[in-house]
Amino acid sequence: MASDVCMSLQDVTISYGSFEAVKNVYMDLPKGKVTAFIGPSGCGKSTVLRALNRMNDLIPGCSLKGRVIFDQHDLYDKRVDPVEVRRRIGMVFQKPNPFPKSIYENIAFGARINGYKGDMDELVERSLRKAAVWDECKDKLKESGFSLSGGQQQRLCIARAIATEPEVILMDEPCSALDPISTLKIEETMHELKRSYTIMIVTHNMQQAVRVADMTAFFNAEAVEGGSGKVGYLVEFNETENIFNSPSQQSTLDYVSGRFG
Amino acid sequence: MIPLFLVLIYVLIQGGRLISLQLLTELPPAPGLEGGGIGNAILGTIVVTLIASLIAIPVGVGGGVYLSEYAQDGWFSKFVRFGNDVLAGVPSIICGVFIYSLIVATRIFFDQSFSAMAGGIALSVLMLPTVIKTTYEGLLLVPQEMRMGAYGVGASRFVTITQITLPAAFTPIATGVVLGIARAAGETAPLIFTALFSPFWPEGLFNPIATMSVLIFNFAIMPYEAQNELAWAASFVLVIMILGANLLARWISHATRA
Repeated sequence: MASDVCMSLQDVTISYGSFEAVKNVYMDLPKGKVTAFIGPSGCGKSTVLRALNRMNDLIPGCSLKGRVIFDQHDLYDKRVDPVEVRRRIGMVFQKPNPFPKSIYENIAFGARINGYKGDMDELVERSLRKAAVWDECKDKLKESGFSLSGGQQQRLCIARAIATEPEVILMDEPCSALDPISTLKIEETMHELKRSYTIMIVTHNMQQAVRVADMTAFFNAEAVEGGSGKVGYLVEFNETENIFNSPSQQSTLDYVSGRFG
Repeated sequence: MIPLFLVLIYVLIQGGRLISLQLLTELPPAPGLEGGGIGNAILGTIVVTLIASLIAIPVGVGGGVYLSEYAQDGWFSKFVRFGNDVLAGVPSIICGVFIYSLIVATRIFFDQSFSAMAGGIALSVLMLPTVIKTTYEGLLLVPQEMRMGAYGVGASRFVTITQITLPAAFTPIATGVVLGIARAAGETAPLIFTALFSPFWPEGLFNPIATMSVLIFNFAIMPYEAQNELAWAASFVLVIMILGANLLARWISHATRA
């Protein structure tokens, strides 16, 4: 069992300043699977996702208690270099954010700064193919990444994340800014990608979770006594089928059946 | 617009008719003689402005990067930004006096007093606030997602800044730098008592050097017709150079946006 765990969160509490955004999360994220994080806005699911590759370090005042174990190391150990963490755990963001460079350079950038020595042309093609955007891009590799449509840009960003050959890919609502057809293409891409990578995805779209995820974690938020605002917590984490068909918690049932705010 | 055109037309009438190859390449005549040109002053202005740019651009861009990318938004960065705004408003002659007392009067460079180097440093003090401010504001315009994207593929902060953030803000920074150069190139007050003047070709960076603005100042008040005409001609050339720099700044901001 232990070898199947990719990342393990142990009593993780994340705060912005003195405000606790999400509290006491225990989770074992399985390797080689797609795990979806669902839940209402403000429940801390994106915060937890960003904690997995230390992206929260970049937000002033954000701090984490507890342990995030990846490859037998605590990611938040003092000796761990956050830059190295992000090389091994890639990220795709909510809004497509290609660099203001050519399509080719968008892919090559990450590989180059990580000291990739192989054939760059081949890597660019392979990454774009894996992200299912090669056909749209192959004739305009020298053009700006912004010349692509939103959906293509997002797949370019996925290709960019793949090019550094990470072990895990985090996706923070990757389809929320896209139309249904682009969304479908990204989801197909994810099915391809999970053969080689572990994927964690935050989504507001429950059908999407059903379509792509093997495992689903449901987060919720509740007001705490004397606190300011709501504090997020993990309600239930199980196989997607169980979460949607036979959840063990009433609040999960309410949420997945749409009877929730 | 009206003052701009009045100035341009007047300078054009008075100075434009004197333009010739000889004007651009020869030394000014000794008092009382005819002919000559302002070649040494044109070269001197270029040299002094170049020195100023070589100091102000690295320091200014570095300062802007520090304020935008490294500094926590605390009292220190607020203080630096406020100080920078104040520096932008310091009269240029004060910059001149400052460099005079710091470099010229102390003869710090090879026991030389007035020098091209001192002039360049005085101008760099004038350019610095413009460069810092435009760099800082240009970097603020770069969307946070862009930085996140770079961090997300495992770029360190240094790589992110040098390869993603700074290139993304190239247009506003380059525009600000060119405007800073244009302002510095036309300054007279800080040069009068740092670079001084010389009727000869530049003799290295640590000797007095002729510049167009000081040449105008010196020659316009001389009681000789030839010198007065050269002052007009120099005014014309200087205005054209600064106008050209401003047009270049506009061109940069248009060409790179497309």
